[in-house]
Amino acid sequence: MSTSKITYAKALNTALRDALTEDDDVLVMGEDVGALGGVFRITDGLTRDFGEDRCIDTPLAEAGIAGFAVGLAMQGFRPVVEMQFDAFGYPAFEQVTSHIAKMRNRTRGALPMPLVIRIPYAGGIGGVEHHCDSSEGYYVHTPGLHVVTPATPADAYSLLRESIASDDPVVFMEPKSQYYTKADLELPTSTEPIGQAAVRREGADVTLITYGPQLPSALKAAEVAAAEEDWDVEVIDLRSLVPFDDATVEASVRKTGRAVVLAEAQSFAGMGAEIAARVQERCFHSLAAPVLRVSGLDIPYPPPKLEHTHLPGVDRILDTIARLQWDDEPDHTHTPAEVSA
Amino acid sequence: MSEITDLLPCPEPVQLIAADGTAVEPSEQARERGYAMPNPEDLLAVWRAMVVGRRFDTQATALTKQGRLAVYPSSRGQDACQVAPVLALAEGDWLFPTYRDSMSLVTHGIDPMEVLTLLRGDWHCGYDPQATRTAPQCTPLATQAVHAAGAAHGLARRGTDALALCLIGDGATSEGDFHEGLNFAAVFEAPAVFLVQNNKYAISVPLAKQTKAPALAYKGVGYGVRSEQVDGNDPAAVLAVMREAYAHARAGHGPVLVEAHTYRMEAHTNADDATRYRTKDEVDGWTGQDPIVRLQAYLVEQGHLDDARIEEVRAEAEAMAADLRTRMNAESIVEPLELFDHVYAEPTPQLREQRELVRAELAGTATAAHGSNDEKDAQ
Ligand SMILES: Cc1ncc(C[n+]2csc(CCOP(=O)(O)OP(=O)(O)O)c2C)c(N)n1
Repeated sequence: MSTSKITYAKALNTALRDALTEDDDVLVMGEDVGALGGVFRITDGLTRDFGEDRCIDTPLAEAGIAGFAVGLAMQGFRPVVEMQFDAFGYPAFEQVTSHIAKMRNRTRGALPMPLVIRIPYAGGIGGVEHHCDSSEGYYVHTPGLHVVTPATPADAYSLLRESIASDDPVVFMEPKSQYYTKADLELPTSTEPIGQAAVRREGADVTLITYGPQLPSALKAAEVAAAEEDWDVEVIDLRSLVPFDDATVEASVRKTGRAVVLAEAQSFAGMGAEIAARVQERCFHSLAAPVLRVSGLDIPYPPPKLEHTHLPGVDRILDTIARLQWDDEPDHTHTPAEVSA
Repeated sequence: MSEITDLLPCPEPVQLIAADGTAVEPSEQARERGYAMPNPEDLLAVWRAMVVGRRFDTQATALTKQGRLAVYPSSRGQDACQVAPVLALAEGDWLFPTYRDSMSLVTHGIDPMEVLTLLRGDWHCGYDPQATRTAPQCTPLATQAVHAAGAAHGLARRGTDALALCLIGDGATSEGDFHEGLNFAAVFEAPAVFLVQNNKYAISVPLAKQTKAPALAYKGVGYGVRSEQVDGNDPAAVLAVMREAYAHARAGHGPVLVEAHTYRMEAHTNADDATRYRTKDEVDGWTGQDPIVRLQAYLVEQGHLDDARIEEVRAEAEAMAADLRTRMNAESIVEPLELFDHVYAEPTPQLREQRELVRAELAGTATAAHGSNDEKDAQ
């Protein structure tokens, strides 16, 4: 258990390994999770070490995989399902929304669904079409699902362990762009629980709220802002989208008086809209400016050569922060038009 | 309802030319179904298209290694399945390919550059589907099976005698959409032909873990779909079987499912490590089954092909590859603002705003923040 550079992918692999070791009812399943170790190698070596009965290569059918997991969960197992890529989880959508999310409710608690659906999501890896969707919006909109998205190797380990232990279904969204992020880490590790956000950088002037794939851009932008503009940006990593940590967000925005929401997903009716609305509802009197969003464009995920046009970058983040009318004190008289004029 | 015996595939995959290039006597059932050695001209055309297609494939693989393509799924080894079914299509027929079927598209007459647009990362589909009667290459598995069924029904309703050819992999036959596609095509007696290229693996998962069916061809029977299996490395047999399938569909007798037994010689894509799930011995075993070598040996032996013609076609393939290299090595031009042009027929006001933001960014005059709901920013 020595401290070493551990990648996000390795942290996930270790979490699966530890869960399989500790609980015989945990099962890993999906397409290519066996001999290949998954296309991102998250399940590397699990079939070798735990057998084909514990880390299962399934037939190629996402609806089948999700539905099969429902049946296994009914029998007391704890399936951890891998959807190969975000957009390939859609055939399973019926099972996820109509059954996995609703089973506890429909059965008045008699049939919980303690399963985890791991989804590599979002872009930034130059993948061809259908390999880079930001699909979190579909899941967060579905009551009955927890939706978590670790952005660091430590969270990858800790949140996955917690998700597997959870008695409710968890959609576990892994930002592909972070798989090779490394950290000095000793495993096992335990970070904040599901439902609690983390302040990744303290700041006094503006709160930048983000999650998953955009955390590195947020931290980068905060550094540039500090160095070049003397703006002190506080960065919040939500970690968990459902449940949502209103308290941490609220405390930060009350302190800074300004909030920007950063999400890689297309913006319209997305997670960013939800966050902005919540901040506005709770912190209205503390706000010196409207809550602004930085996001992907409202287009189908573009081809690799145009990916950079779609993804929110440091420049878009800084431009948005600049629009918060820096020098004004909160005076409650701004209209959105004045603020951004 | 058809008799079950009409639906059942031949017990053994249909073969007309053996691996060593000698002609094989077709089985009785194969003869009854009308499978016979195609004439030399047609076989020569298949051979030529395979040589060109193979060269395209190796060129694309090389371009991937040079970083010119984001990814390339090779179909080397599946050349007979890629080429013969497409050459046998008639003018008005539609093709429904997947990401692996680039060689088919080249055979279909689509400019190799346009075929590679998707894999190069320029756009999602590089050719005009209407003009080429070819649907965009399908990445989500098996989803094209239902499209092909619908298109086939549409073609029939329009009073044409055209059909839809759906190419699909062995792994994808596990997806619900494959079954729904077969069932819809059967119920509507649609002129759709489904060709399963059983190349033995779905990425890393071998067929034995995909299905317990004795052959994928049997999957048609339950839906009332006439089914067949063929040696997918035998170009003559593939051509003969596909022609009969097309005749059946065109005559209004409903869909056909053909399973071609073949092998993917390369890894799933350049990003895949095939040594994790298959042995060198297994791959080497299939090298002796090469469809090009097989057909060439037969044609030479029969006196239909000589060294001069072989050299000629080889030179033609080289020229195509050289031209492709040159064009691929030129930097591609992508237009960021085009991202907004094809989301809707008429862009929404929000898209117009975002377009304006990107335009300003490109012009270096961005002052507005992205995602603004403030009209002023867009002006
Ligand atoms: C719905 C869906 N799930 C998963 C994938 C990821 N994926 C791409 S290719 C592939 C294997 C397909 O195997 P097969 O159908 O045999 O076709 P082949 O690649 O061998 O031609 C998988 C799992 C996908 N493209 N679509």
